[in-house]
Amino acid sequence: MRTKDFAPPRVSRRFAQVWKRNFLVWRKLAIPSMLGNLADPMLYMLGLGFGLGSLLPEVNGIPYITFLAAGTVCYSTMNSATFEALYSAFSRLHVQKTWDAILNTPMNLDDIVLAEALWAASKSVLSGIAILVIIWVLGLSHSPLTLWIIPLTVLIGLTFGSLGLVMTALAPSYDFFLYYFTLVITPMVLLCGVFFPVAQLPPLLQDVSAALPLTHAIDLARPLVTGRVPHLAWLHVVVLAAYAAAGFYLALVLTRRRLLT
Amino acid sequence: MLGLRGVRKSYGANEVVCGIDLELSAGECFGLLGPNGAGKTTTLRLALGLTDPDAGDIRLLGYAVPLQAREARLRVGVVPQTDNLDPDFTVFENLLVYGRYFGLRDGEIAARIPPLLEFAGLEARSGARIQTLSGGMKRRLSLARALVNDPELIFLDEPTTGLDPQARHLIWERLKRLVAEGKTILLTTHFMDEAERLCRRLAIMDRGRIIAEGSPQQLIVRHIEPQVVEVYGDGALSWAQEHGRVLCQRCEQAGETIFCYTHDGDRVLATLGGREELRYLHRRANLEDVFLKLTGRDLRD
Repeated sequence: MRTKDFAPPRVSRRFAQVWKRNFLVWRKLAIPSMLGNLADPMLYMLGLGFGLGSLLPEVNGIPYITFLAAGTVCYSTMNSATFEALYSAFSRLHVQKTWDAILNTPMNLDDIVLAEALWAASKSVLSGIAILVIIWVLGLSHSPLTLWIIPLTVLIGLTFGSLGLVMTALAPSYDFFLYYFTLVITPMVLLCGVFFPVAQLPPLLQDVSAALPLTHAIDLARPLVTGRVPHLAWLHVVVLAAYAAAGFYLALVLTRRRLLT
Repeated sequence: MLGLRGVRKSYGANEVVCGIDLELSAGECFGLLGPNGAGKTTTLRLALGLTDPDAGDIRLLGYAVPLQAREARLRVGVVPQTDNLDPDFTVFENLLVYGRYFGLRDGEIAARIPPLLEFAGLEARSGARIQTLSGGMKRRLSLARALVNDPELIFLDEPTTGLDPQARHLIWERLKRLVAEGKTILLTTHFMDEAERLCRRLAIMDRGRIIAEGSPQQLIVRHIEPQVVEVYGDGALSWAQEHGRVLCQRCEQAGETIFCYTHDGDRVLATLGGREELRYLHRRANLEDVFLKLTGRDLRD
């Protein structure tokens, strides 16, 4: 690796044009793309929430479906950002060579990576908000604090968008992403308190869980849904932001190495 | 317009550009010729600031590259070796979105698109999706896209590879038009007829080095005998032993064919008279002969 690959990000305002390019493509396919993004988490939430929920007493003092809904907002946002930063970004980088085309203009690679991270976040915010709307419509929460979930989805989207771009920078082919799902995303879903409280896990797994970003997202979202101010909110925000920043920087370094040497 | 001095680039232990000097002046069409793997594309990437040289100086439109490559690329157009048009967009949208990367306003780009489509012969295809275009149309659209910022200098990396003759001729005609309009062009190719037809000056590159430079005519005069007799057929090899090697300045064998390079074709032809088993072609030496002499006949992969 060259020292230049480790240089701090240098972006120009033109990055917005790359974001806009992705938006334009998305607009053409918005409806199928939204359905694909939303159907899965929504079915999990409604199926498990009502089905399993009817067998359970309250979880942490709230109905199971409300408990699950708070986790699903974060999970859905994570999923959506991850898919965009892996599969879609990879096809632009590797298959369509869209990034190569952009690099021949006054755009920098840093502009492109920033635009892709923001784009993945933007798309995932929609997925998060869609679940939030269901929470409101089903009357699972009436708290105005739930509005704070909107900026939270931005942060979750940036975190997982950036982490996904790290994988994209390393990927030789689409198959590579399976490792990321098996080793990172699935454990995250099962260990971070989407479906059940982290406290139910053995202590060792609880320690693992505490280090994972999705745990911190859910620790913010769940109190907000139940109308409480999250405990140590700043800490969770800092952890998510740190993951986002570290992920973005690493993605940048690795993409520079991949495309600019 | 573009100046490279002592530029080197290695990947690991493999030096792909081994100290090259190039100078392009305004309004010329310059050709960079070389077999596959000669370092042509890497040279273009270096000139655009997409990869950093290990040594040497690069200036593009007066800017130091790679330091000010962003400013320089504002006034450069690039047609890449493989089309990377946006498959999700129409022809029009491809040009519009690409123009935005240069910081142009939508109104400005929209005003430029009709003449660009006309130039590319795609007026009727403005709303067409990329998948519905033929290979030649895609190439022309790539060329139109490279012109969206009205560049002073245009880089074309093997612009006609993979095209049928009709499509190639159309691209050539358009490139000539661009030069007539005062644009400067740097193209890489391994088609000699393309280079001979379009380029005022050429550099032949091999294994990372520029091994010859000049106008097509200069290169032929300087590096090769003026006439070629190609002899093939059953007795070609024995004829070569008996006469070819004696009469010709150089005599090369490629498969079943003997290439005789000579200053006096008539003397060679005289020895071929009456030998019906031999077939031959007498012609003037061309750029391909120079190329093969300088880079050898071995396959490059």
